[in-house]
Amino acid sequence: MISTSSITAGKPFHENDGQLVLAHVLFAFAALLLGGIAGLLQAMVRGGTITLPHGIGYYQLLTAHGVLMALIFTTYFIIGFLYGGVAKTTGRLLPTTLALGWTGFLLMSMGTAVGTVFILLNKATVLYTFYAPMKASPYFYVALALVVVGSWLSGYGIFYQYNYWRKTHPGERSPLFSFMSVVTMLLWQVATLGVAAEVLIQLIPWSFGWVDTINVLLSRTLFWYFGHPLVYFWLLPAYICWYVVIPKVIGGRIYSDALARLSFLLLFVFSIPVGFHHQLMEPGISQFWKFLQVALTLMVVVPSLMTAFSLFATFELAGRAKGVRGVFGWLKVLPWNDVRFFAPFMGMLIFIPAGAGGVINASYQLDEVVHNTLWITGHFHLTVATSVALTFFGIAYWLIPAVTNRRLTPRLNKLGLWQTWIWVIGMFFMSGSMHTVGLLGAPRRTAYTTYGDNAQASGWIPYEVVMAIGGMILFVGVLLMIYNIYALLQAPAGYEEFPIGEELDGAEPTPKLFERWGVWLGISVVLIFVAYTIPVVEMIQTGVGSPGYKTW
Amino acid sequence: MHIHRLEKIWIGFGLAMLLIFLLLTGVAAFAMGISPPSSSSHENMHHGKVDPTKLQTTAPFDKPGLKQIGDNEYEAVLIAYAFGYNPDTIDIPHGAKVHFIVTSSDVVHGFEIPGTNVNFMAEPGEVTELTHTFDKAGQFLVLCNEYCGTGHEMMKMTINVK
Ligand code: HEM
Ligand SMILES: [Cu+2]
Ligand SMILES: [Cu+2]
Repeated sequence: MISTSSITAGKPFHENDGQLVLAHVLFAFAALLLGGIAGLLQAMVRGGTITLPHGIGYYQLLTAHGVLMALIFTTYFIIGFLYGGVAKTTGRLLPTTLALGWTGFLLMSMGTAVGTVFILLNKATVLYTFYAPMKASPYFYVALALVVVGSWLSGYGIFYQYNYWRKTHPGERSPLFSFMSVVTMLLWQVATLGVAAEVLIQLIPWSFGWVDTINVLLSRTLFWYFGHPLVYFWLLPAYICWYVVIPKVIGGRIYSDALARLSFLLLFVFSIPVGFHHQLMEPGISQFWKFLQVALTLMVVVPSLMTAFSLFATFELAGRAKGVRGVFGWLKVLPWNDVRFFAPFMGMLIFIPAGAGGVINASYQLDEVVHNTLWITGHFHLTVATSVALTFFGIAYWLIPAVTNRRLTPRLNKLGLWQTWIWVIGMFFMSGSMHTVGLLGAPRRTAYTTYGDNAQASGWIPYEVVMAIGGMILFVGVLLMIYNIYALLQAPAGYEEFPIGEELDGAEPTPKLFERWGVWLGISVVLIFVAYTIPVVEMIQTGVGSPGYKTW
Repeated sequence: MHIHRLEKIWIGFGLAMLLIFLLLTGVAAFAMGISPPSSSSHENMHHGKVDPTKLQTTAPFDKPGLKQIGDNEYEAVLIAYAFGYNPDTIDIPHGAKVHFIVTSSDVVHGFEIPGTNVNFMAEPGEVTELTHTFDKAGQFLVLCNEYCGTGHEMMKMTINVK
């Protein structure tokens, strides 16, 4: 941007640190491109526009799309972004941090490569949720385990760096960005224990044939113990951008460091003991435990409202500091032409309807209307594929130049604004029609079908055609984004600011309690035990084994 | 820690909504019995767990189909499999109250009647129970809404209400 930041040169980003960040970010965008191709084809198949050439199955594409988008694109981008911010706010990455970061990267990349090969070979067409007793090749599960273990090492790197900073800065409050990175990675460690147990204890021994049967209900429960905090793992880094980066980009201040930390801790505590809200429509779990977890799920209202409050307070105060008056005058002075602001802002805006949809899904009885319909797919294309993805895109425009010591040019900034609009318009059509046709009953994860010319099901096709049109627009958005990434790598050398906001003057001090990790981890563990112990013990005691099947 | 007065009001408002909301869903679920299928939701006819490989010899799945159990009240015992339901058609008298009792003989499946609130999962080893009253006549499509393999998009059955 031609803001003051790019004219006044600052300290260059250290090359070793920059390379680690860049490797993760580029890997993420490669996954976005491949996943985008699959997404386009899916949307066109469902709309009846094309039939796939023999040899490629719809569900094979869908597996690739889910894995590449939901697991790979997100995880790589997040790790790259967090390492960048941790390096920026705590000083150069230590040799141990770098070693952990690169080892994590290598393990995850091996896992991704092996997993992708087995999906392409049609040996793992089990979708990204890999529900038993569909049985994929054992190497697919091994690949997933590699990705998870790799991401653990990446998390340890961040913990190590943070601890070192605290030891060398006794009594000081840690930088907000690093604190938030630690919460994000801590959430990830606790959440992935579920899926790791499922993969290591249940799926791998069973798929190798060492044991004959699997406890299906238990495997699904372990998966969703992980599956819900997974969505917060995507969201928290977007919140870091909204809380820490955006205030700087708009020339304002962080509204309250203390409240920002508190909302992260609440998100951490309330995101894990809630997986049953993905299992409301299934047998084997009693009503009481389902309802308890629904209540815990909805507690997320508190940190969400705090976040909304802080963000709009920052916007308004920034405007007032520039001397604007009137109730909504501050809206006019926001930097609408700066993609670093505009892309994440559209993400925030879309999070309002997206979050409302989430409340509907979690609303116990209401889930009967939407469960496993395209409404759900429409919902998470707003949350993760728009709110989170647009925020990540917005970050990439400054992160890539900042870590490669280049600068964001006005031309690329403009292309970024275009990209944002294309994405929003494409998603309006795709997600809008998914929501609508889902309410009419159209199932998700289903190839083109009219159920033998059933009148009701045939009536869904026009909506799926609109969905395909939206998908095509989105795919143009993916291509433009990939071009933008390429062009950022060619951008002129220089300095691009890594925007890190500062707190308002006179804000309240942050309680020390917020960095007593034992306390927060303890609360989280207690809630998890309360929500899960009894139902899980019952599942283990009464569980019935199922043999495996390859139904594709 | 100081919290701005407006923020307190804002969060208080959120918490109040949350409470009202949990109260409404809670009363609907526990007092009125409007709730998704759960293991203990129909205590009186709870069939517990079944061995998915021995359904032919396990009651009630050894005789799938519709069974009258009362005045215009029926049990519909169904087995979901890749890629269909057994039986694949049932005829229900108009206005009948039907207790669905469903399991799967292989992988996880869905059971959805579009246009109604009937929507649940069928899992191997577990029995799902749900009650629905068919007070509209006509032909209803039942479809599988959980991915179950290559033939998933063809998996359906028909319910005729007359
Ligand atoms: C070019 C852009 C995209 C297009 C055209 C697209 C299209 C689709 C379609 C049509 C489906 C559903 C198919 C079905 O249920 O039968 C789907 C599923 C999905 N999409 Fe996307 N999508 C795009 C981008 C994204 C992004 C950016 C993400 C996440 C970061 C994402 C995450 C997912 C996930 C998690 C699923 C569910 C997979 C499953 O049910 O197993 N998509 N997408
Ligand atoms: Cu969830
Ligand atoms: Cu199916």
